[in-house]
Amino acid sequence: MALKSSPAVLGMLTRLSRRSFATSKALASKPVTVRDALNQAIDEEMERDEKVFVLGEEVAQYDGAYKVTRGLWKKYGDKRVIDTPITEAGFAGIAVGAAFAGLKPICEFMTFNFSMQAIDHIINSAAKTFYMSAGTVPVPIVFRGPNGAASGVAAQHSQCFGAWYSHCPGLKVLMPYSAEDAKGLLKAAIRDPDPVVMLEDEIMYGIPFPMSDEAQSKDFVLPIGKAKVEREGRHITLVCAGRGTDTALKAAEQLAGSKGIECEVVNLRTIRPMDFDTIARSIAKTHHLITVEQGWPQSGIGAEICARVMESPSFFELDAPVWRVCGADVPMPYARTLEAHAVPGPADVVDAVTSVLGNKISAVQAQ
Amino acid sequence: MSKLIPSAAKFLAGNTITKVTAPVVATNAKYSTKKEATFEIKPYKLHKLDQGPATSATLTSEDALKLYEQLTILRRIETASGNLYKEKIIRGFCHLYSGQEAVAVGMRAAMRDADSVITAYRCHGWTYLMGVSVLGVLSELTGRRTGCSRGKGGSMHLYGRNFYGGNGIVGAQVPLGAGVAFAHKYRADGGVTFALYGDGAANQGQLFEAYNMSKLWDLPCVFVCENNGYGMGTSVDRSSASTEYYTRGDYVPGVWVDGMDVLATREAARFAIEYCNAGKGPLVMEMETYRYSGHSMSDPGTSYRTRDEVQEVRQTRDPITSFKEKILNHELVTPDQLKDIDAKVRKEVDEATKQSKTEPEVGIEELSADIYYKNLEPFVRGIHPAAPLKHLEVQPRNH
Repeated sequence: MALKSSPAVLGMLTRLSRRSFATSKALASKPVTVRDALNQAIDEEMERDEKVFVLGEEVAQYDGAYKVTRGLWKKYGDKRVIDTPITEAGFAGIAVGAAFAGLKPICEFMTFNFSMQAIDHIINSAAKTFYMSAGTVPVPIVFRGPNGAASGVAAQHSQCFGAWYSHCPGLKVLMPYSAEDAKGLLKAAIRDPDPVVMLEDEIMYGIPFPMSDEAQSKDFVLPIGKAKVEREGRHITLVCAGRGTDTALKAAEQLAGSKGIECEVVNLRTIRPMDFDTIARSIAKTHHLITVEQGWPQSGIGAEICARVMESPSFFELDAPVWRVCGADVPMPYARTLEAHAVPGPADVVDAVTSVLGNKISAVQAQ
Repeated sequence: MSKLIPSAAKFLAGNTITKVTAPVVATNAKYSTKKEATFEIKPYKLHKLDQGPATSATLTSEDALKLYEQLTILRRIETASGNLYKEKIIRGFCHLYSGQEAVAVGMRAAMRDADSVITAYRCHGWTYLMGVSVLGVLSELTGRRTGCSRGKGGSMHLYGRNFYGGNGIVGAQVPLGAGVAFAHKYRADGGVTFALYGDGAANQGQLFEAYNMSKLWDLPCVFVCENNGYGMGTSVDRSSASTEYYTRGDYVPGVWVDGMDVLATREAARFAIEYCNAGKGPLVMEMETYRYSGHSMSDPGTSYRTRDEVQEVRQTRDPITSFKEKILNHELVTPDQLKDIDAKVRKEVDEATKQSKTEPEVGIEELSADIYYKNLEPFVRGIHPAAPLKHLEVQPRNH
């Protein structure tokens, strides 16, 4: 699997897959990149429902800033694949208004960093209107785009919005990890009658994953609000989402090989509503928990999971305190070495697992 | 009355004006009516348009009665709202429309079934005009179960068929309205969207983003700036580098309209619908009008303008008084007919007001109703872990 590959091999695979999937449909046995899975999802849903359209910066003639919408403008034309000016508040507002009136917009943010320009429309216009109108004005819209830290783009372009959007009732918030996640969740999001925020990851776009025949079918939809156990284990639970899942799986691989520690990796897939049942079941099995995310620690996704554990019987299942492995509490620096120390890597997860399982918490905190 | 007790005037607008003028005209009317009459309209100002709306308007006696009824009912709804607020039955914010009625009533008279509206928080009158009952409006303001948003929205969040609010965020409704217009064009249903905003919101950046995309994509959207002279307490001269709001769409053509004349606003909206329907793209309309009350109920509206200014507008430009004089002088209606309407409107609003106080609020189980169209969790978290809330579907779904 790609995850085990070295970066060089991975990059090569990415380039190869880009070339081949640009012109031909993926075969069942072949890997599919996250990018192509997203593209398939949008294409299939546009074909299925005339009300679905895409708008955003560079989504049409440029084929998408990250090529997620590649080929769609040629296929569906100006009416349904619409390039906007670089004015997020305006086009997000227009997208939400179109959803008020019954269309099903897919509003692409070139990256979610720019969604802050439009956050009023995501929260005040999209998330709250169904409730404020006592259920008379549904808002079936998808906001999607790459989220979180990319590579070497510094503070303004490297931020995870998982905690921000999942804070808000009225929204559903998805964070895919694999190609299967990407396709199944995006299709579910487009079909969903509520506003959905789909937080993708630029670094994952080019990574190929094997996709089953089932996942390649036009009827493949993943349930929103359900986590997936990516790897079974009995010693400790790693709860993660999006690229955090990649980090957790790599750490689990290392721990299994070097120390015989079996991690259970729970890929949340959906941040809101959160599938706490799956987390609780896993804790009951492993009695240890670590959360892995890219975002900042305070009021983050990991903080929310900790709080839910504290408030539930899962608390009594724990043999050690829960730890959060997350982005360092700093704006993202540009320099390579600093950046590498700002986001969690597999080694950080390995360290944390070793500490939590070794009950070294008090020692660490005493420092 | 308003002359005698200036301080009370802003709360008594409805009664006062009808009483002052009715006896004067009654002697001329002689209880005979004409079927229709033609009126001259104060000249429109045009921006990047060769031709504007019709400068004279024909009005039938039937329409005269209808417009008069709508104008008075809007005024009475706001008088009732002001009183309910003072009785502390309406909570939070409450923004009255008194003085601006001709904008909404005239535009609504020109609108067709396919057209849609979105406005800001001064929305009570629009909600009524878009088909919600007086009770639906007033009991939303009082937060009761008969409110059009079941008391969950409050005074700024009212909705109806083809009416998308009621929006509490200054300027946000404008791109939303452009989006509704986008949907009209996408579906090719012939509808036009009116997106209303005040002179305060006219300086919001997102308006210019919406103008730009609407023009690029030829959206059937009419951007209506209701210029009532003040954004909260800041006069137009102090907030806007250009107060010619009808020109501020730059490349979007615009029309200035006397927003105190219900016939002017009606003809302007007719023109706008024809313009947008011809595929010419968006239009900006500035409706010059005036608000008698403060910005909201907490604002007496006297620190940034004089009481004399308000009184002068009431006496010389009031949209209801002036329309009433017109239709009586042209013998389109009789004083008795108007009196009947006044009585009917008073009764309807009084009854709705009474009911809006006695209806209960929705049950607490609706705290967690209709958060999602398709809810995925049976329970929503309450205030603490042992107080979960069951998600309810009160509004029927098309599953």
